[in-house]
Amino acid sequence: MTEAPSALTRLGRLMADNPLLPLTLLLFLLIGVLAVMNPAILSLFWAGNTIKIAIPLAMLAACQTLTMLTGGIDLSVGTVATITAFMTATLAPLTGVPPAIAVALACAVLVGLVNGFGVAICRVHPLIMTLGTALIATGCLLVYQRYVIATGVLIPDFLIWLGTGRSLGLPNSLALFVPFAILIIWAQRRSGFGRLLYAIGANEEAARLSGVRVWQVHLTLYTLSSLIAGVTGMLYLGQIKTASLSLALPLDLPSVAAAVIGGTSIFGGRGGYGGTILGALILTVLTTMLTLLQIPEGGRRILFGLIILAVTALFIRLTERS
Amino acid sequence: MRRWIEANAWTLGLAVLLAVLLLATKVIQPGFGATGLDSLARAALPFALATVGMAVVVIAGGIDLSVAAMMAVASVTGAVLMAGAGDGQALLAVIAVLALGIAMGTVNGVLIVVTRVPDIVVTLAMLFVWQGVALLILNAPGGGAAPWLRAMSAGGVALPGLPQGLTDWLPRGVVFLAVVTALIWVPIRRSKLGLRLYAIGSDPLAAFRSGVPVGQTRIAAYAICGLFAALGGLSVTMSTGIGEPIPGPYLLASVAAVVLGGVVLGGGRGGILGPILAVFILRTVRMDLTMLSVDPNVAAIIEGTIMVAVVMFGAILATRGRKA
Repeated sequence: MTEAPSALTRLGRLMADNPLLPLTLLLFLLIGVLAVMNPAILSLFWAGNTIKIAIPLAMLAACQTLTMLTGGIDLSVGTVATITAFMTATLAPLTGVPPAIAVALACAVLVGLVNGFGVAICRVHPLIMTLGTALIATGCLLVYQRYVIATGVLIPDFLIWLGTGRSLGLPNSLALFVPFAILIIWAQRRSGFGRLLYAIGANEEAARLSGVRVWQVHLTLYTLSSLIAGVTGMLYLGQIKTASLSLALPLDLPSVAAAVIGGTSIFGGRGGYGGTILGALILTVLTTMLTLLQIPEGGRRILFGLIILAVTALFIRLTERS
Repeated sequence: MRRWIEANAWTLGLAVLLAVLLLATKVIQPGFGATGLDSLARAALPFALATVGMAVVVIAGGIDLSVAAMMAVASVTGAVLMAGAGDGQALLAVIAVLALGIAMGTVNGVLIVVTRVPDIVVTLAMLFVWQGVALLILNAPGGGAAPWLRAMSAGGVALPGLPQGLTDWLPRGVVFLAVVTALIWVPIRRSKLGLRLYAIGSDPLAAFRSGVPVGQTRIAAYAICGLFAALGGLSVTMSTGIGEPIPGPYLLASVAAVVLGGVVLGGGRGGILGPILAVFILRTVRMDLTMLSVDPNVAAIIEGTIMVAVVMFGAILATRGRKA
């Protein structure tokens, strides 16, 4: 009992108290490795680009973080983002930009309400519910696509400005993301809603017995999650500048990975959005690194999976309180 | 008798639903007969095998998101090994693929137990890994399948002593599925391992305190899932004759069929028969919609809505049951 804690355990404790610390270290470590691999790549331009690419991922990961705090998950975010992006781009030539955005976001909210209804009232497992709505919504999108195939595509200028433009060397999407991140972090730490999320995730029965109307929280949460995914879809549309039927689908699983790497527990009650943002940055730097290595696609996927696993395992070890 | 019906109410309901659907198919398409049943069985086979694997893991309280990716690895490995090989070599290839499936599942299980990372995250990461492995083995669809393997899933089964007209109605796909499942699952279910799978699914702590080796049992569950995923991958190669490195839509479909089949997510309850019936129900619905010449995209919407509605209904029933 009396023996002094070794440097290693003290380091572990320090990291456990500040979960963002090891993540920041890891991020800089990865950037360092990147610098060794290719010193020419590191520049302000590159940093801006990385941030720009990481932002849609980080926003979708916000959906995962919030739902994971209650022990849930939202696997429909990629689909919702794709739908809003596609609808905005195809409806804009017909109706003008504001109605197109309104309709697209309404669709996102609708998916969220269905998710919320299933999870909150029918008590379906969120994984199943959101996968199911994603399937239905994809079908609807494919049917819808055949009716608008001839109308052409218009991507609103301000979305392109937001998605690809730069001011003072920084990507314009920060103008959307910084307030968004502050709002999410404030909401989960300080607002009543955020505390309810932690309470439900830590012990749903206890929350219910203390008078929380759990179903209302779930309904709001999944609607909010879909709305965030919808907004992300629009930002992504401005960034990619094409309307495709599988635009944001490849971000679905990485968004879960970003939240998990960021230290949010998939069983609920622990974690936060700050870590998730770092998680999204880490994933983006990692992807750059794997592209630079010029190994075949298969090898890249293997490394991607293994690194996610290793980081998560390490993080769980470090932050575990004994 | 009554207790038996009550205990298996969900499975019986599924069986009745499947019968009704098949009757409806006959009404929609009067020509529906042995060949229709055969193609239904062939289409359902990979889904059914993926679902059985998933069901075992879910019963043991886990989930395996990498099942479709493991199927892709098995499919391409089988196709590459069998391309241009003789019958004997092909048999070795099949055995090798099955061993590979068990090995992949064991890797999943060991990683979950050793790293203590939640199973959902581990299998999500392994999904990327297995996808990558499949792409490294075969970059584009290709390879081949032994003719005898291809013959195993098509046509009726010739049973001695029964008239040809009757045996035509028994698709080889169904027989294959029944034999494989019975050979693998029934001995496991009857053994100590079967009991342990249900035990760790319903309460890992209680299981641990009753002396169940929780870690080993969990690894075994994932290994069984890997074995069935390998069988599923082989059945893809079997019906198409080539290896497919891009995972099919088996993940979502298998989770849905498992839930529809009465296995509770979270573990400990349900069987294997229910999920298999659920797979056939979903495939029959898809086939009926195609026969009604519904646009395939609309069919996907209808299929999804049915799945979601059934799952919602089941969840409501489960909640009611708990309260009563």
